[in-house]
Amino acid sequence: MSEILKIRDLRVETASGLELLHGISLDLAKGEILGLIGESGAGKSTIGLAAMGYGRGGCRISGGTIELAGTELASASLRQREAVRGARIAYVAQSAAAAFNPAQRLEQQIVEGPLRHGVMTAAEARAWMLELFTALQLPEPEAFGRRYPHQVSGGQLQRAMVAMAMACKPDILVLDEPTTALDVTTQIEVLALLRETIHKYGTSALYITHDLAVIAQIADRLIVLRDGAEIESGTTEQILEAPRHEYTRRLVAERAESLTAAPGAHHRTGETLLALSGVAAGYGSKPVLAGIDLTVRRGETVAIVGESGSGKSTLARVVAGLLPPSEGLLDFADAPLPPSYTKRPRDLLRRIQLIYQLPDVALNPRQSVAETIGRPLELYRGLKGRALRAEVAHLLGLIGLAPEMADRLPGALSGGQKQRVCIARALAAKPDLMICDEVTSALDPLVAEEILRLLRRLQDDFGMTYLFITHDLSVVRRLADRTVVMQQGRIVEAAETETLFTAPQEAYTQRLLDSVPQLDRGWLDRVLTARGG
Amino acid sequence: MNRIPLTAWIGLFLIGLNLVLFLFGPLLAPFGQEEIVGAPFDGPMPGHWLGFDQNGRDMLSRLLYGAQMSIGVSLGAVVLSFSIGIPLGFFAAIRGGWVDLALSRLVDTVMSIPVLISALVVLQALGSSLPVLIVTIACLDSTRVFRLARLVAQGINVMEYAEVARLRGEGLWWMIRKEILPNALPPLVAEFGMRFCFTFLFVAGLSYLGLGVQPPFADWGGMVRDNQQGILYGLYAPLFPAAAIALVTIGVNLVVDWMLAGRTIVQGDNR
Amino acid sequence: MTTLILKRLGLGLFTLWLVSVLVFAGTEILPGDVAGAILGQNATPESLAALRTQLGLDEPALMRYLGWLGGITHGDLGQSLANHRPVAELLWPRFWNTMALAAYAGVIAIPLAVSLGILAAARRGRFFDRFANIAALALVSLPEYFLGLLLILGLSVRTGWLPSLADTYEGMGLVDWFRATTLPMLVLVMVTMAQILRMTRTTVLGVMDQPYIETAFLKGLRNGRVVLRHATPNAAAPIVNVVSFNIAYLITGVVLVEAVFNYNGLGRFMVDAVSKRDLPMVQGAAIVFGAAYVLLNMIADIAAIALNPRLRHPRAKGA
Repeated sequence: MSEILKIRDLRVETASGLELLHGISLDLAKGEILGLIGESGAGKSTIGLAAMGYGRGGCRISGGTIELAGTELASASLRQREAVRGARIAYVAQSAAAAFNPAQRLEQQIVEGPLRHGVMTAAEARAWMLELFTALQLPEPEAFGRRYPHQVSGGQLQRAMVAMAMACKPDILVLDEPTTALDVTTQIEVLALLRETIHKYGTSALYITHDLAVIAQIADRLIVLRDGAEIESGTTEQILEAPRHEYTRRLVAERAESLTAAPGAHHRTGETLLALSGVAAGYGSKPVLAGIDLTVRRGETVAIVGESGSGKSTLARVVAGLLPPSEGLLDFADAPLPPSYTKRPRDLLRRIQLIYQLPDVALNPRQSVAETIGRPLELYRGLKGRALRAEVAHLLGLIGLAPEMADRLPGALSGGQKQRVCIARALAAKPDLMICDEVTSALDPLVAEEILRLLRRLQDDFGMTYLFITHDLSVVRRLADRTVVMQQGRIVEAAETETLFTAPQEAYTQRLLDSVPQLDRGWLDRVLTARGG
Repeated sequence: MNRIPLTAWIGLFLIGLNLVLFLFGPLLAPFGQEEIVGAPFDGPMPGHWLGFDQNGRDMLSRLLYGAQMSIGVSLGAVVLSFSIGIPLGFFAAIRGGWVDLALSRLVDTVMSIPVLISALVVLQALGSSLPVLIVTIACLDSTRVFRLARLVAQGINVMEYAEVARLRGEGLWWMIRKEILPNALPPLVAEFGMRFCFTFLFVAGLSYLGLGVQPPFADWGGMVRDNQQGILYGLYAPLFPAAAIALVTIGVNLVVDWMLAGRTIVQGDNR
Repeated sequence: MTTLILKRLGLGLFTLWLVSVLVFAGTEILPGDVAGAILGQNATPESLAALRTQLGLDEPALMRYLGWLGGITHGDLGQSLANHRPVAELLWPRFWNTMALAAYAGVIAIPLAVSLGILAAARRGRFFDRFANIAALALVSLPEYFLGLLLILGLSVRTGWLPSLADTYEGMGLVDWFRATTLPMLVLVMVTMAQILRMTRTTVLGVMDQPYIETAFLKGLRNGRVVLRHATPNAAAPIVNVVSFNIAYLITGVVLVEAVFNYNGLGRFMVDAVSKRDLPMVQGAAIVFGAAYVLLNMIADIAAIALNPRLRHPRAKGA
């Protein structure tokens, strides 16, 4: 096999001199798809961009060589690198919505590359673009390019981004989490088309992702990265079936377990804590929720699952009192729940706590951990002085943070630690109901798993009740007693988690379950065949 | 902020120098501000390093006295304008609804007339005394402060940590003091510098037009006006107070520029 | 988009009306006594009362406001207290003088400043950028009269190239007019250019932070093209705002510059009126300045709406 890309001992450092990559070496053969996998901060994107001779936000290549089809890029002049970029090696970003220029039509941006690089005439570039549009199954290829980015859907825009990257018929595509921002059902389509297109034109690819199951479907070989260094590399089968390094083993094991564990949790449950009947809500005149009936019993975990736009987060805001419903009744502990939080007495506010998706914005950057956790204790339980400090230390112990952390500001904590502080803040109120809105979505897989474990332990120890909102079915599998599937503001199906996973009644639920990527390599093909047939 | 650039050092030095002049100017002045000690428009000489003004008063002494007036009036006006603008801006942002609508509408209308024109209208009605001057400028300027404070507070108020505080049942006072103010401070401090510059130039401008600080007080804008005739004879007299004004604003601008720099990230810097 | 523009037009008219209320309130309701101001030291209670009746100050404020507003809509701005001539007759020639000077400066400053601002953004961190930045910062910091005096000293008193005062009169030749107004124009150009340059640079650099700029670089495009074709179009709407903001500034900056060069414009007209506390003249000048300002802001906002691709090309039905 001939190597199209050869990277040796690559080092990249930030403008302030901090080294991000500590000597990475890799080879990419013609037509091969190489997966780069790792958590955030592992340096995957940095490698992808460095392969194009580009440093993001002032980063620079400080050592090593990058040989692209015989041209050395690391030491090449700006003009030489610009000549290669986009022409021989092209980039597909995670968020196409942000990566397209909002002021230009799609076709303008797609043919710009080939015209600027002088590799095609305008007519050729346009013809090639139409061929790509067809290959990527974009609707009405002739008219599609006339649109502006904001005029097409997320899945279509992501495919258009692939077309833009392919515009110069490059040797290599750098795919940086190209399906991560998409809903699971859309992800399958884009993934399948991406794989087909790459194979059809014999393009090589560096595929960057944090999701083992996704990359299992598409990559020939994998490199596992952590903190800017390679942990392990090998063929996809070998990494998935016989990981050698301990970190890789944990990564694979966690993912496998979350996909295959026996579905459903069975907690001891008590009386009905929360009941919604006929709830409808919306922003302005736009209805988002309609006809929602839901009960949550004390001690159980009810999961609400849905894709973006299903209204699941709106439901959380209705229960929290942030969005008063336009119709329907809310009951909490056998008493009517005032629709707006401003009308709820302080003790009622205490009893319902909300934990958010992004711990970065859920913590006041100017309040220390002790202040953050201590405030509910002060406000609801009147603790002061030594008693307050003792209780803060106790809570820190519960969530698994060292007592020294109490004086830190959120900026000095990792993502997982921040989310733990958010949980401690909710716990401090001694709530009856905790609403968890996508609490693990922004975290790396292993960290997310630890947070889930913490939540499970709190439930076992304190009989906590959770309303757990997520887009990710695999999160729900081991956690929830009951699962509710939502689509476009309505409840599609609600059942015991075990029943829902093993014998779904509704087609949409089935489709959602099918769309969860599995670790075995044949999964995508199986789903596609099942759909085709 | 590991390295302070040269321009910022110059700015800090100028601000420090002017602070000294502001605090101790009259003590440093060798002559009184009304004392006639030479011939009109006489050039610099030993003991009178900057020469004399149109009435034969010592230029340096008048500059030193003027520092207190020029800087003091603007500083007073800016402090007052911030103490009006920030609470109202925060209040409007947190309360929202009709309070916000009414305040914003009022501010938009006041801002739809150039400040100088509004100030002239008020000064013609009330005459130009120091308190009128300070309060007028502060009120007009507080519209800008209100806008920024409201914008910043709105940005913070929609953050989830502010929502958490509201859901916890925190009152208005806590929201302003603990959630909004600490996070709004950096942009507001930079704005203070910019507003000071603007106000300082504005007061000097009014005095230059003869509508600001009134005689017998010495102030830099008025001194430019009084000595302006000298320029037609090729004399530097009016340039000294004008340069003093320029040095203050340059100093503050350099520091504000440094404080605001580095906030924006630019793609493609290491292509 | 049409609805948005119509809404903005409606808001503009509403603001104009509010401005009239504010000017009226500022001049007549504030506790200054117009009659006292006119008569000054010689006022006796009788003469005061007589003058108040003569000026119609005894009527309720609302009636006076309505009468005044009615007059404005017919182009009647009242009579000067000082010389009893109609304000409109005195005001409009001065207004056109000011507009001529502002236009002279604007035509030169705006295109130059916007292009230099974009250039500075394109060459960020390089010598040109640093130099332009420091020069602009210095110019922004200098008061207009300081620049004016320096120019008079350098280009007039020392060299005799240009007249030091901007004396214009009716029926003056075009060449003479340009000679007379070049110094004030230069001051206005320097000050507005510095502002526009700085703000244009900041606006373009603000856009350079966006992911689609990175996409453009990753397509292998050169810096110049990325700045011109990808960043600038997206910065167009804010740049229009920057420019309108500075034209508005030009209109008031003119007040100081007119004072330096003794130019016969609306700014000096208003300053004189304020010194004499000639109420109808102040009202007239304020309302004209205010209206010009409101109109400019409105035009800029409408241009910004028209430049927004999301509003120009709404989502197609069913897309």
